[in-house]
Amino acid sequence: MIGLSHYLVVSTLLFALGLYGVLTRRNAVAILMGIELMLNAANVNFVAFTKFVDPTFVRGHVAALVVITLAACEAVVGLALVINAYRHLETVNVDQVDLMKG
Amino acid sequence: MNAEALAFYALAAMVLVGGVLVVQSRNLVHAAVSLVPTLLGVAGLYVLLHAEFVTAIQILIYVGAITVLILFVILLTEGATGLRVRQRNEQVPLALLVCGGLAVLLLGVLGRVPWGPPAGPMPPYNPGAVGRSLLMPYVLAFEVASLVILASLVGAIVIARREK
Amino acid sequence: MGLGGFLGAVWQVELVRMVVLAAVVFSFLAVGGPLFLVLAERKISAWIQARVGPKHVGPHGLLQTVADTLKLLYKENIVPHRADVVLFSVAPVLVAVAALLDFVVIPFAPGWVVRDLNVGILYFAAVSSLTVIGILTGGWASNNKYSLLGGLRSAAQMVSYELPLGFSLLVVATLTGTLSTVRIVEAQPYPAHFYPPVIVAALVFLTAATAEANRIPFDLPEAEAELVAGYFSEYTPMRFALFQLGEYGSLLASSALFTTLFLGGWKGPFALPGLGPVGNGLVWFLGKTYAVVFLLMWVRWTYPRFRIDQLLNISWKLLLPVSMVNLLVAGLLVVAVR
Repeated sequence: MIGLSHYLVVSTLLFALGLYGVLTRRNAVAILMGIELMLNAANVNFVAFTKFVDPTFVRGHVAALVVITLAACEAVVGLALVINAYRHLETVNVDQVDLMKG
Repeated sequence: MNAEALAFYALAAMVLVGGVLVVQSRNLVHAAVSLVPTLLGVAGLYVLLHAEFVTAIQILIYVGAITVLILFVILLTEGATGLRVRQRNEQVPLALLVCGGLAVLLLGVLGRVPWGPPAGPMPPYNPGAVGRSLLMPYVLAFEVASLVILASLVGAIVIARREK
Repeated sequence: MGLGGFLGAVWQVELVRMVVLAAVVFSFLAVGGPLFLVLAERKISAWIQARVGPKHVGPHGLLQTVADTLKLLYKENIVPHRADVVLFSVAPVLVAVAALLDFVVIPFAPGWVVRDLNVGILYFAAVSSLTVIGILTGGWASNNKYSLLGGLRSAAQMVSYELPLGFSLLVVATLTGTLSTVRIVEAQPYPAHFYPPVIVAALVFLTAATAEANRIPFDLPEAEAELVAGYFSEYTPMRFALFQLGEYGSLLASSALFTTLFLGGWKGPFALPGLGPVGNGLVWFLGKTYAVVFLLMWVRWTYPRFRIDQLLNISWKLLLPVSMVNLLVAGLLVVAVR
């Protein structure tokens, strides 16, 4: 029987993977991919809780939809910034963007 | 092992293996394409959780739009050609420690919570239930999300525009 | 009928049934669809151009595509030097599979649908958007700047036209109150006061579907004069065949969905003698679908192609506002009628 804890394990591991990607990658787009993984992990949690804990008004689905929407918006703006930075600084590696450094 | 368990384990494997490929691949295009099985696996998990509407939206938006966007930006910046560039920074051991610790902590905490039985049955027609929720109790979240989309749309166009 | 409904029963039997059904449907579609359509295209283009088309192989050239396929099977499979082999091989498979998965929700006859998902048309839109990734990956993995350009342009075009397509699907969903394709067929013919938004939605859908399938007048990404063959220039036989399967399959799927949503699906004005309800429905459905395909091919051989900026302008500045206003009108109509 697949219960809530199974889904929570998957989402926790996915979240940890996403966090690892955000912390260790140099390329800005790769960091963004890690953020998407984390958001997906949170969504899996929301939807799993809707089924196993509280389905009134399918709140978890609504939350997941809002998160998907906001993830799309954030990806769009983030990628626009990456493109703009690439045009001016010729690099997308975040440790080479150090114009304001001491 | 019944069908649901088989499907769950297959999908969970797809999600986690895909996730490892996303954060580990030295080739950025491979990492972006590995997002596809990961996100499709998550969509499959939503199917198992009786969330059909969220599944369709996940495939439509995450796999069909966000992944395409990420691939576009990789191809338009130097990511696709910088294959010999070091992709990992010097924080790897610390990150492994932090992420591993976080995972262990969360699993420990979440495993001990007595969640109890569900508060009610899932509604039969999922899109209808989601629609009603968005228009009655959660209409504020719906409207604010629309405004955020509008703002980010205009903002992204302005930011990414080539200056004349 | 939700997606999770089958998990309780004797699941091995259901799984085998699904796999066999999928194999049968996909084989029929792979054979009766693109194979037949390639031949139909050549014959129709010949008719429009006042010539005869293939007529040597088989009676009236009917076995031409079979001969073409055998020829393709004998050709050497080349992978370009320094191309990314894994992605190069995966891309055409993704495109073909996405095109075939569209058919899961299409009702061919009363009771003949692979799975009546309660999010039917949304599923269709979602799966059609999977082809974009295959095209983009294929264009990049060929290690060829023309393929890459073709892939990028094609992806931009397909993503832009998904929006008007989605809005016209939403108009139908608003008017019938359901996302399930089977129930939409049952709700037709639409009451007459719904006709204005439905007609506009149908036209927008046809235009957007032509653009999604990369057909003329929207086929700049694969134009021979501009980009050699665009994103599949470097693809030799079997993989090329898979891309073609994806393209013609997408065309057939869009025509089938158009028939389901706007032309009444398997319903016909009169019952044909000698066939049961299933046979009757099947004949009407296939007749209507192939009529739409004929229309799209006719358009293809009549019009020149659009430039990329004209193409994108049409989508964002014309089709998108029109389809949004149309949806608003449809919503107001539904409320006013109630």
